[in-house]
Amino acid sequence: MSENTTLNVNTAAADTAAAPAPKPKRPKPKSMIMLGEQTDALFQNARIAKENGEKVGWSASIFPQEIAETLGLNILYPENHAAGIAARHQADPFLQECEGPLGYSNDLCAYAKVNLAYASVLNDESSVELPDGGKMVKPDFLLLTNNICNQLTKWYENLAKQMNIPLFFIDTCYNPYDYVTETRVRYVRAQIDKLIEDLCAFTGKTWDEDRFKKIMEISQRNSYLWERANNLMDRKPSPLSGFELFNYMSAMVCNRGKESSTAVLQQLNDEIEENIKNGTSTFPVEEQFRVSWDGIACWPYLSHNLRTLKKYGINMVASSYGKAWAIEYEDLDGMARAYCFASTNGDNATTMISRRIEALEKFGCEGTIYHVNRSCKVMDCQMMEVQRQISARTGIPFTSFDGDQADYRNYSEAQFETRIQGLVEVMKQNKEARANG
Amino acid sequence: MYTFGIDIGSTSSKAVIMRDGKDLIAHVVVPLGTGTVGPKQARDKVFQISGLTPQDISYTIVTGYGRMNCDYANEQISELSCHAKGIHALLPTADTIIDIGGQDAKAIKVSPRGQMLAFQMNDKCAAGTGRFLDVMARVLNVDINNLGPVSEKSTRPVAISNTCTVFAESEVISQLSSNIPIEDIAAGIHHSVAKRVAGMALRLGRSQNVAMSGGVALNVGVVRAMSQELGCPVLVHPLCQSAGAIGAAVLAWEKFLKGEGKVS
Repeated sequence: MSENTTLNVNTAAADTAAAPAPKPKRPKPKSMIMLGEQTDALFQNARIAKENGEKVGWSASIFPQEIAETLGLNILYPENHAAGIAARHQADPFLQECEGPLGYSNDLCAYAKVNLAYASVLNDESSVELPDGGKMVKPDFLLLTNNICNQLTKWYENLAKQMNIPLFFIDTCYNPYDYVTETRVRYVRAQIDKLIEDLCAFTGKTWDEDRFKKIMEISQRNSYLWERANNLMDRKPSPLSGFELFNYMSAMVCNRGKESSTAVLQQLNDEIEENIKNGTSTFPVEEQFRVSWDGIACWPYLSHNLRTLKKYGINMVASSYGKAWAIEYEDLDGMARAYCFASTNGDNATTMISRRIEALEKFGCEGTIYHVNRSCKVMDCQMMEVQRQISARTGIPFTSFDGDQADYRNYSEAQFETRIQGLVEVMKQNKEARANG
Repeated sequence: MYTFGIDIGSTSSKAVIMRDGKDLIAHVVVPLGTGTVGPKQARDKVFQISGLTPQDISYTIVTGYGRMNCDYANEQISELSCHAKGIHALLPTADTIIDIGGQDAKAIKVSPRGQMLAFQMNDKCAAGTGRFLDVMARVLNVDINNLGPVSEKSTRPVAISNTCTVFAESEVISQLSSNIPIEDIAAGIHHSVAKRVAGMALRLGRSQNVAMSGGVALNVGVVRAMSQELGCPVLVHPLCQSAGAIGAAVLAWEKFLKGEGKVS
């Protein structure tokens, strides 16, 4: 006993004396620095435009933004902004304000709750301190499609009424098929034509067909580069830590028609290629398991998610979330067709399952993590059946966890850890069984 | 050779010592969980009963909610794998295991060799967990250990919501104030838990070889309700509460055989 005591004391002393200096942080890659500059520019340009009396808009994340880009309008993205607030652990006062004085239900999407409270401050109806100094400037108009969810429609209707501003809305129709009919394309195309006309009238801008073609070329290039970066994760070991790709999504969500995104995504592709060439990866530990991620990122606990996965050597190499912005179209008809099918409007169970099975094979995934997102009933409603069918058809194990895209109250660190450890134990067994034939 | 398994739960600590992964030398359950003196008491007592010392142990595995805070174990393994292995050792015919713990519930599909193939766990809500039963027993003023026997006298179980512990508690209070017999409320509570957990277990597929693990399996009312909800008999071993710790000790022995432990 006394030996142990002495040993312990000595060890502790030795540990203190030899305590290593804190591990230096890995320098930010150039693409990430460029991305940060691009994000700053987005908000600054909107502020300058507003100060100069120009009209600034807010838009849903899945919207044909090339139209606003062609018209030279400054657009900001509430979903992206709310995710940033949640990831920086600043959501609490907004959630409290929304569910308290503003009277909204706790069951609403947390992006909506954060943004409705933020908008209320901009509209001088609430007094929550804005942690970013109000960089999400007050909008003069709103842009919306309903191919993500219907709650977004009600959220934007409330914003429009609250601020007394117009809502430009494209109805994409609920799509139960795994294809798009020509009737639907014509219906949406007619709305796009009307949107251009109405936006020109409202903002005083003029439509330039040549500029539109140029913007479309940029947008297509960006879509290609984004998809390529995602696809390069199929290398073993993967050249990137998969969670990093979540950070680059803003280049597509907020800036898909801009040349600055081409620069960011080209740089990202170059860095990935360099990693592949050198056999290196930004994943900080040995990649022992490769998994896919289903659902929106759990932004308030992204670092806990990453830390836990890293602890077990799990790299998230495939995600249905980020690839939602790799939408391809070349002209206005193509745009109409793409947005009829974009996001959850193309996610009937059959399509969803076949896409995911394809991804599991392509990226060599050994497991799947399903984020049961309390904020997003649309994404959750098919999840159980998707899990069941994919697991039955592929034999690939999975786990799911309760979380939220922006409401930190809907997550338990201990529960996440146990589920991930359980998944690791099954993946490890499967790996050993394969090794033993 | 001896191995030591300890399951540090949220409300109790279970410790076992096994010889050669087969013989149960000693087992202890202390009704105090992580963050209390429970884990230490369980460890001290199991060594006292066995007449062994920690130096006699070749490999130690810790599991359960408090597994991250145990500094003497060779390894920590999730309670999922440990319950799978433990129940397989106790009831080898079971291919589906339901474990209702203090603060989570799980359903586990196991292979004929006792390996975990797939699992489902409850969501963040406490409904359907041991904590749910604790809360309800308190409201009914019935000792938690008597909740099962009391419910056996029920003739007309009431319906209790299973979506939220807080809502269910207020429903129970409302039933009490309507003079509904306690046995019918207790039976309703057990069905509430069973429905929620059975729904989870059925996601793994139907089975006729279901076993329950963990302390809640000692509640005859929950077991009966579970059997009715699943439409099949539910096996329970008298050592069900120690199944996680037994699984940990068996896994410790398997690890030792692979050369991962110290020589005793």
